[in-house]
Amino acid sequence: MISTVYEKEKREMRQVYAETILELAKANPEVIALEADLMSAITTNKIKAEIPNQLINSGIMEANMMGVAAGLSLTGKIPYVHTFGQFATRRTFDQLFVSGGYAKTNIKILGSDAGITAEHNGGTHMTFEDIGLMRLVPQAHVYEASDSTMLGYLLRRIEKEHGIHYIRTIRKNAVKLYEENETFEDGKGKLLRDGCDVTIIATGIMVAEALQAADILERQGIHAAVIDMYSIKPIDAELITEYAQKTKAIVTAENHNVIGGLGSAVSEVLAENHPVPMYRIGVREQFGQVGKVDYLKTYYKLTNTDIVEAVQRLIEK
Amino acid sequence: MDLEKVERFRDEIRLKTLQELHHLGFGHYGGSLSIIETLAVLYGDVMQVNPTDPMWEDRDYFILSKGHGGPGLYAALAVKGYFPEEMLYTLNQNGTKLPSHPDKNLTPGVDMTTGSLGQGISAAVGVALSHKLSERKNKTFCIVGDGELNEGQCWEAFQFAAHHKLHNLFVFVDDNKKQLDGLTKDIIDPIDFAAKMDAFGFYTCKVDGSDVGDIHQAILQGMNQKEKPVAIILDTIKGQGVRYLEELADNHHIRPNESDTAAIEQAIHELETKLKQEVGG
Ligand SMILES: Cc1ncc(C[n+]2csc(CCOP(=O)(O)OP(=O)(O)O)c2C)c(N)n1
Ligand SMILES: [Mg+2]
Repeated sequence: MISTVYEKEKREMRQVYAETILELAKANPEVIALEADLMSAITTNKIKAEIPNQLINSGIMEANMMGVAAGLSLTGKIPYVHTFGQFATRRTFDQLFVSGGYAKTNIKILGSDAGITAEHNGGTHMTFEDIGLMRLVPQAHVYEASDSTMLGYLLRRIEKEHGIHYIRTIRKNAVKLYEENETFEDGKGKLLRDGCDVTIIATGIMVAEALQAADILERQGIHAAVIDMYSIKPIDAELITEYAQKTKAIVTAENHNVIGGLGSAVSEVLAENHPVPMYRIGVREQFGQVGKVDYLKTYYKLTNTDIVEAVQRLIEK
Repeated sequence: MDLEKVERFRDEIRLKTLQELHHLGFGHYGGSLSIIETLAVLYGDVMQVNPTDPMWEDRDYFILSKGHGGPGLYAALAVKGYFPEEMLYTLNQNGTKLPSHPDKNLTPGVDMTTGSLGQGISAAVGVALSHKLSERKNKTFCIVGDGELNEGQCWEAFQFAAHHKLHNLFVFVDDNKKQLDGLTKDIIDPIDFAAKMDAFGFYTCKVDGSDVGDIHQAILQGMNQKEKPVAIILDTIKGQGVRYLEELADNHHIRPNESDTAAIEQAIHELETKLKQEVGG
């Protein structure tokens, strides 16, 4: 981890995607990127001329795109599929479940505009369910990228691994968390900050909120550990259990519904291994809506203040 | 149809659409502007609706399946009197009743929530089927985008509508030749929408989508037959009615730069002047 200064990166996540796809496609003719009329949103339009036969705009047909990706993989191609998260998952779920997961084909999926970062696209475009849906696909790997180093690393790593891989990301600038040489294994969490009173487990944009919450708690004499649980499935049960034993209380924080996502995954591990008091920060029984990120963070109770208050309530118990 | 009245209504809707998006500072200009003439004919003449009673049972239904054209629809609803025109300036603001994509639970006059392309047309078919089954007179009008027709769901809806002979359903294809990433012919070539709709069992005609008279005529013809659902292919231009925006290559979602802003302000000024002169003259 770099520092406790929470600065936005210069490189947008979408830029990382486009540049990494270009690099992978140039190095391996079997890599094929598929888009569904959202190339300009993820900036792959800028690399189209360089890899015209390895980057295909399949039009606004997400379900078909997923099926085509499955077909491509039958003959050894390595398809990377991108669209906004809700279209990548909700919209194509049976296709990715059957032609993807069940048929054991090989599809890499990027779902962009995670949760509230869909901002002015509003409720139809705001997904708080994608992680939950993807966790339900047997043997699928489910990640949420929290910064550009991680996104680039994951995109490169999964090229070599067979199966269904889903990476959730924001499109624009993340907060810088990792040094360029950091590595991100499957099924591991990253301990970003150690502590002995409580553990905050977060993903995506909530990692920075968790670190800020830990700073505030430290000033109150509460020592919080912070884990970036980018690999939501498989999940790092060992690390969760270790910190449940060590800190005795756990708060999860996700830009997602508390049902089905990180909070569920962590509580499942705790319930079966080492139950401790816990609270899940996340969206509860609500749909998306239009608004700026700061407004939505407050509305859905996804701020560092919400994390701090949850910790205080748990510790008082 | 009172042509002068509908043309004036059209200009008012276009003006309000531009003012609304200009106030917000970004948005789906291209696809909002290409449906203004159709909205003007529907809300200005054809549709039986009551702005003071948006849920009136006997009303005709309107579903904007290409939901990102919401700002155009909102302008039409405001000018028609569903809600105060000032509300247009809340477009997309935190806590707004006018989100990017229409939401039936937020906005008076919006019959169905749309924005995930391909879904509105199926709902429109359901509404039309319901009215047919109940032997009611209500008609259903639905606008789909040419890019939206990439979605297989649209073609499922069309098969269903034709099979059930939903002559009370009017589907407008906003054939503005562009989708989000560029020209439809470069992404998924539509080849020939009219031939496709005809083959799918629709009473089909193709009209100049910038001519309110032609659009009106096509609707009347469609109403004169009781066998088939109606498809009207609108030959339109993305950004229609503002020359500068029509010629702008990337005009799906615009965050205007300085020269874009100047052109948009100029268009607003021209429409305001025109509307004032008409009142004066
Ligand atoms: C299912 C779905 N996929 C993708 C999008 C993102 N999107 C919004 S508008 C658009 C292009 C639509 O093109 P078209 O239907 O031709 O609309 P118009 O040209 O009238 O703006 C896309 C891909 C969406 N809203 N819904
Ligand atoms: Mg179009």
